[in-house]
Amino acid sequence: MADNFSISLKELAKRNKGLASGHRACAGCPFPAIIRMTLSASDYPVVVANATGCMEVTTSIFPFGAWPVPWIHSAFENAAATISGVEAAYKALVRRGEIPSDKKVKFIAFGGDGGTYDIGLQALSGAVERGHNFLYILYDNEGYMNTGIQRSSSTPYGASTTTSPAGKVLPGKLQHKKPIVDIMAAHGMPYVAQASVSHWNDYVKKVRKALSIEGPTFIAVYSPCVPGWGYPENKSIEVAKIAVETGFWPLYEVENGYYKINYRPRNPLPIEEFLKSQVRFAHLLNHPEAIEEIKKFIEQRWKFLEFMEKRREIEGIKEDV
Amino acid sequence: MSEILKTRQALTGNEAFAYAMKQINPDVVAAYPITPATEIVQIFSKYVADGEVDTEFVAVESEHSAMSACIGASAAGARVMTGTSSQGLALMHEMLYIASALRLPIVLAEVNRALSAPINIHCDHSDTMGSRDSGWIQIYCENANEGYHSLIQAVKIAETVNLPVMVTLDGFIISHGMEVVETLDTDAVRQYLGKRKPMYNVLDYENPIMVGPLDLPDYYFEHKRQQIEAMRKAKAVIEEVVTDYNKRFGFDFPVFAEAYRMEDAEYAILVMSSAAGTMKEAVDIMREKGKKVGLVRLKVFRPFPFEVLQELFKNVKAIGVMDRADSVNTMGGPVFNEVRSALYDLNSRPRIMNFVFGLGGRDFPLSDALYIINRVKELKEGKSLDFVEYVGVRE
Ligand SMILES: Cc1ncc(C[n+]2csc(CCOP(=O)(O)OP(=O)(O)O)c2C)c(N)n1
Repeated sequence: MADNFSISLKELAKRNKGLASGHRACAGCPFPAIIRMTLSASDYPVVVANATGCMEVTTSIFPFGAWPVPWIHSAFENAAATISGVEAAYKALVRRGEIPSDKKVKFIAFGGDGGTYDIGLQALSGAVERGHNFLYILYDNEGYMNTGIQRSSSTPYGASTTTSPAGKVLPGKLQHKKPIVDIMAAHGMPYVAQASVSHWNDYVKKVRKALSIEGPTFIAVYSPCVPGWGYPENKSIEVAKIAVETGFWPLYEVENGYYKINYRPRNPLPIEEFLKSQVRFAHLLNHPEAIEEIKKFIEQRWKFLEFMEKRREIEGIKEDV
Repeated sequence: MSEILKTRQALTGNEAFAYAMKQINPDVVAAYPITPATEIVQIFSKYVADGEVDTEFVAVESEHSAMSACIGASAAGARVMTGTSSQGLALMHEMLYIASALRLPIVLAEVNRALSAPINIHCDHSDTMGSRDSGWIQIYCENANEGYHSLIQAVKIAETVNLPVMVTLDGFIISHGMEVVETLDTDAVRQYLGKRKPMYNVLDYENPIMVGPLDLPDYYFEHKRQQIEAMRKAKAVIEEVVTDYNKRFGFDFPVFAEAYRMEDAEYAILVMSSAAGTMKEAVDIMREKGKKVGLVRLKVFRPFPFEVLQELFKNVKAIGVMDRADSVNTMGGPVFNEVRSALYDLNSRPRIMNFVFGLGGRDFPLSDALYIINRVKELKEGKSLDFVEYVGVRE
């Protein structure tokens, strides 16, 4: 990645734009860090739209709003449509001279996996197709956590949730995660990336890169969930790191259709390390066939990414596109 | 007021709506097509393509997103409009409540159409009646001319009281029927409306606010109470706006309801929208026969102008309330239920019955109008009748 998007931890800390203390996210929840990194990463003022979900309900309890930037929440499935409207208004008001054109504002929508992969996919796809100038950040905690840990189409195979519980005949969820980043990349967006809260530098660079682009951009950031996944509350970053190190959650980006893997675990950890770290997979440890299924999924994902990465090579493109 | 230029144009209802939108030149229009309102979006996008407006037009992928984008844009301080009908309005349902509770003055050009199933594209009022409790002001127009002027007034009303407004015309009957519309000069419209002064603005990053936060039991009720109060105040605002508009531009539009031959009426019919035309004709015929019948055309359904109805009906002995939708509550349509409730406190409470008619675009011929008047006459004369009748249906 071109390094002009890097920013030092010191500089990031100095900017320290983020949630006010006293928000009600669970102890150990990583999305406050994601919000802080995102807002601090931006060189521009931002306006945020938030989908219904944990992030919204824990940071906006009236009258204790925790956001330091203009923020709007309207419903669950429509963060992308809502920010489309905000951005359209900005364009119209600039055109009419009511907002000075040198007042650059960036538009960011935050949604959970439910509000992005599932119920919100239509609005997101529509907003991206229309080419609104906004960054959509999916914080992926792999379930509907706000309503009590139900499965989403992002929940991994084998995970036990309250609507895909592991039982006497079923081993938890029976389907794999939907490849949301590739689905978004297939829209032909200028920039799409997958990041993790555990790799702050990579995430912040991706946010800065996305915000430097005119047009719709999308980042999926891995955001483990203490009560939803079942691990000690001081382990969120560690669990996210294990997901990356086992190859379960690859860090990559897609610029104008060109894939690039940003990080290759040198000695990949066995997937069992990831499964062992959480209660939602506890029942799987006696189901070797399920673990095989997950391994197969990871292998296929990597084969796909590596194949896609070759496009640059095939077309002889060296520079960033 | 000095000479106001008015032009007489032959327009369909949809054209009248779209023409008003062009003259208003809103900052943002986000819309999705649906029969019979499709033309509004089509005509408006042509205005955009031809540079006749400089609106930011967002051709969204669904009505849910249309209303969501309107909400975002309106919260950002823009003047915002959209148009829809039927299933489109139903798909917006969730967002209608959010628009009104966030106190956003979005204006919606609505063409009344039946709701599925069975699928039907023709007129009735089941779509807007389904959103009657969503906190939107609802104005039902008799014809394209009234629709055109009401849409312009709606912007003023909405932005004065900070509530969204839907203005409705009957699908096909008015949306596609051509009539003479007396349009204002574009300059006059723009001057009249001026610029929107938003109550708040999410683009103001120097003074950040949070819009649409989580409201727990400790505040939600107070916030709802304020919204309800705004709707109560909307009555005075509607009165003021329509009266001023009439004076300014030389019109005679009714504010909440139009009273037709009500002066000495002993019994009366209440109806909304285009069916009022046929009903007026029937009233004239009966009047010629010496029958003391009158008509009230209800124009504003939300806020419900119960005081006006109490006044209009205080001397009549019987009323027939016409509904172009049914509540499926086994006791009549929504208009009937509310009118009946409004008149409960009158000292000389009239007898009242309901006529549900015209569902799914079923014709409403003069013979049915005369039948209804005769039934209400029988009611006045003391005959005991079922309190709901379905007119024009094969049973
Ligand atoms: C139309 C609609 N259906 C259902 C809900 C209930 N609901 C609120 S948040 C939520 C799940 C959110 O899950 P996700 O988007 O993954 O975010 P998280 O809570 O996990 O952060 C659901 C089902 C809703 N608000 N709106």
